[in-house]
Amino acid sequence: MAILEVNGLRKSFGNVEVLKDISFSLEKGKVLSLIGSSGSGKTTLLRCITSLEKADAGTIIVNGETVFDASQKKADSSKERRRKQLAVGLVFQSFNLFPQYTALKNITLAAELAAKDNPQFKFSKKEILRDIEEKGRALLAQVGLSDKADSYPWQLSGGQQQRVSIARALCMDPKILFFDEPTSALDPELTGEILKVIQQLAQKHMTMVIVTHEMSFARQVSDEVIFMDAGVIAAEGRPEEIFDSPENSRLREFLNKFTD
Amino acid sequence: MSFAAVNLQLLDGFKTTCMLFFVTLIAAIPLGLVVAFFSMSKFKPLQLLSRFFVWVIRGTPLMLQVMVVFYGPGLMFGMKSFPREEAVCIAFIINYAVYFSEIYRGGIESIPRGQYEAGQVLGMKKSQVFFKVVLLQVIKRIVPPMSNEIITLVKDTSLARVIAVGELVKAAQDIINTRGLIWPLFYTAVFYLIFCGGLTLIFSRIEKKLDYFRG
Repeated sequence: MAILEVNGLRKSFGNVEVLKDISFSLEKGKVLSLIGSSGSGKTTLLRCITSLEKADAGTIIVNGETVFDASQKKADSSKERRRKQLAVGLVFQSFNLFPQYTALKNITLAAELAAKDNPQFKFSKKEILRDIEEKGRALLAQVGLSDKADSYPWQLSGGQQQRVSIARALCMDPKILFFDEPTSALDPELTGEILKVIQQLAQKHMTMVIVTHEMSFARQVSDEVIFMDAGVIAAEGRPEEIFDSPENSRLREFLNKFTD
Repeated sequence: MSFAAVNLQLLDGFKTTCMLFFVTLIAAIPLGLVVAFFSMSKFKPLQLLSRFFVWVIRGTPLMLQVMVVFYGPGLMFGMKSFPREEAVCIAFIINYAVYFSEIYRGGIESIPRGQYEAGQVLGMKKSQVFFKVVLLQVIKRIVPPMSNEIITLVKDTSLARVIAVGELVKAAQDIINTRGLIWPLFYTAVFYLIFCGGLTLIFSRIEKKLDYFRG
């Protein structure tokens, strides 16, 4: 069963149509890479699915639930919106860690705030907060940063910050984790540690959608690849099909830029 | 006139100075936040009205505003005037709220959008994003301009004498007029210097306290 279904998504900024009728679906536990040149609409697509932008038309279904429907007239209540929001997680290109909190607190903050809405919170505050902290520490360990729990973001390297932000996204148990060029803000020698974390998540069958310019990585980690060009899906298929025998001429042109 | 007597008389003026300072500060700090939110409102008429108000208050002398608040109601509308102290407090609160609002606005607008977006995708409420994520970063950014403005406020209190409120400078001037002594006027500087020195210490403490994070 598809865990993500995007149907007929359209988005314009002013007169510029950035997404032109995008439809695709993704199976649970699979990894999808979105490739394409700058301005092709990859990031906008990601931002629409994660509700950071509102699409002009189309529907988005996550795990069987419609999280976005452009034809829906009534806006969701704030509570409903937040519940739907949590179906997806997002790792930003520029990390966007909260500078005033430690690595551990960055990971647990949102969960702690959400726990306050739990009717049990008043009675078992200590236990709930302890559980969240344990989960945060486990996630830190998972991304290999157990010793950095009390470090502030400025004390961490870019790669470490990005690993914290991955752990932060995982702490809310998203059904699908989205990555917006997770290594683009990093020095080349630091990209490896991020890719390793993503690879480990793939092995655990985390459903992921990755916007990336790392072609060799996309090929290695993905089950499916979508090539976007000028706001449409110009090619999609298994990594072998996309990288070894590209049929689309724009895709060939695009890939050639990486082999120089 | 003995040194002690001068001190007593100046201290009396200094009390009024302090009153004006603290009343202005306590009222203008929250009021400034309201004005800042109006100036950033997505509702255009409110935003324009607020920015027009900011333009008028920042574009005219505080001394003029004090006089308008004191003389205006009586001479323009035939209403009962405010007592002198109240009039000067009202003018100062409005003036400083407007200056603070622009500092707040600058601070709030300088926080990268990514901070709000990160909060949103983690399912936080808008109020949680503001209070738990953005606010402390804003405070860290506005401490230096706020301390500047607050130190200016200490000295601006002397403008109250334009409507004969008995603050520190007026107290010294009264001594000149009644006793012909000039040195108490210079001596008032010591009061201001000590007051501002104390504030400077407090603000550098706050800056140090917020030094543990960057951003």
